Amino acid sequence: MSDWFARQRYLIDYAAASLWRRKAKNLGLWAIFVGLIFILGSVILFGSAIRREAGHVLAGSPDVVAQAMRMGRHDFALTSDIDKLKSLRGADRIEGRLWGYLYDTSTAANYTLQVPSAYAPDYALAKGEAIVGEGVARLRKLTEGRYLFLVSPASKFLKLKITKILPPGSALASSDLVLVSPEDFRAFFELAHDQFTDIAMRVRNPNEVNTIAGKGALALKHYRFITRSSMQRTYEALFSWREGLLLAMLVGAMLAFAILAFDKASGLSAQERREIGILKAIGWETSDVIRMKLWEAGLISLTAFLAGMALAYAHVFVMSAPLIEAVLKGWSTLYPRFQLAPHVDALQVATLAFLTVVPYVAAVLAPIWRTASADPDSVMR
Amino acid sequence: MTTTYAPARGSTAAFLALSVMAALAFLALIHAFWRGGDNDRMMQNRDLAFALDLTDIALFPEARYARHPNMADLHSAFQDGPLSFEHFPAGTLIAPARHFPQGHVSDKEHDAP
Repeated sequence: MSDWFARQRYLIDYAAASLWRRKAKNLGLWAIFVGLIFILGSVILFGSAIRREAGHVLAGSPDVVAQAMRMGRHDFALTSDIDKLKSLRGADRIEGRLWGYLYDTSTAANYTLQVPSAYAPDYALAKGEAIVGEGVARLRKLTEGRYLFLVSPASKFLKLKITKILPPGSALASSDLVLVSPEDFRAFFELAHDQFTDIAMRVRNPNEVNTIAGKGALALKHYRFITRSSMQRTYEALFSWREGLLLAMLVGAMLAFAILAFDKASGLSAQERREIGILKAIGWETSDVIRMKLWEAGLISLTAFLAGMALAYAHVFVMSAPLIEAVLKGWSTLYPRFQLAPHVDALQVATLAFLTVVPYVAAVLAPIWRTASADPDSVMR
Repeated sequence: MTTTYAPARGSTAAFLALSVMAALAFLALIHAFWRGGDNDRMMQNRDLAFALDLTDIALFPEARYARHPNMADLHSAFQDGPLSFEHFPAGTLIAPARHFPQGHVSDKEHDAP
């Protein structure tokens, strides 16, 4: 065992010396390798972490949301429709939701104005009061006790006293929210007393969600019913699409790296061939030469992979992914400031390792084996 | 007996480099463990969504149809003009929902009303 260990150590000694002799070329390759792993790793880590965040938020979503449709467009839900749904057996908490968008010209941002559920006493608001999300407070420089002034598209004016600012930790769920009382909401958007944006339903037995939604669809034929599982699938599709899009954009970079690595690994220079020939001539076995070259490739790819993943982790979970944020932010002025909860999907990391480290090491094998197994005399000439 | 200066072996340097990189990766794992997956914050977000009946996350607040993909208007992509497929940059990042709900519940598709 100690013989084997000593032998490997001598091989690594030689491999390290060989790498150092061509340090500029190898350091360049290593830096590109680290950069590639960093970008791919960042996308993968961000994707899996945001999926988890969205999953937790959606776990609290209503079991079913019913939207009225008229001429293919959204329409208001009416109190009479809510009453029809309340008569369904198994439905637990059914209420009309009041929410809508307001484009604030002063900050060029879209707010989501919403009335808190009547079942949430912690968020109960009196007329003239409001609770705002982290983004709105940041943009309008609001603190508790200060006033928020809003102007509706119909030039209606609303003065709201801030009673609470939602915690920054909830920014991903609530950054652009402005919670107001039902009276203020109706007056601001000129809604009749029996009109709602849509209807939220909670179902007692989770196994009956689809049945209840089906019964609801029979009772209200002009409504579309969106179940929570459907909402979760929408986000799953959205994140798969976005992650896939980013990865697709990186295919060019991956191909460039593959060409570079293949060129470096397979196109042995005359000097390298000569070196292998001399090693064979002084008594090295073919297997020793291959082992030495494998150590070389292994050291480059393994250190680059570890460094790239560590950098990607720091980028996503310590620095809040500034490079990815630039892509996602678009024209948002109200982009939430959030820190993702660290979540590493071991399978995805292993897949990345398999797609980068293994091909590189494999690309080294074939040309080395061909050269190392040839006659030293012919190789050196 | 004289002691001669022996230069550091290449293998030592190689293991050192590997150890440093492994330590960096290990630090990341310690950081993840220390943050504990932010379970408390996650639970608070779930409770907030439950209390306020939230259906979407506020990741794309720039456009109305991107803010609530779950509640989005079926025709919203065309709302500003017949050619405004991707008016906002987020339009390139948001795909149409693959399982867009129908106006009624089908008996055959139990999980996709």
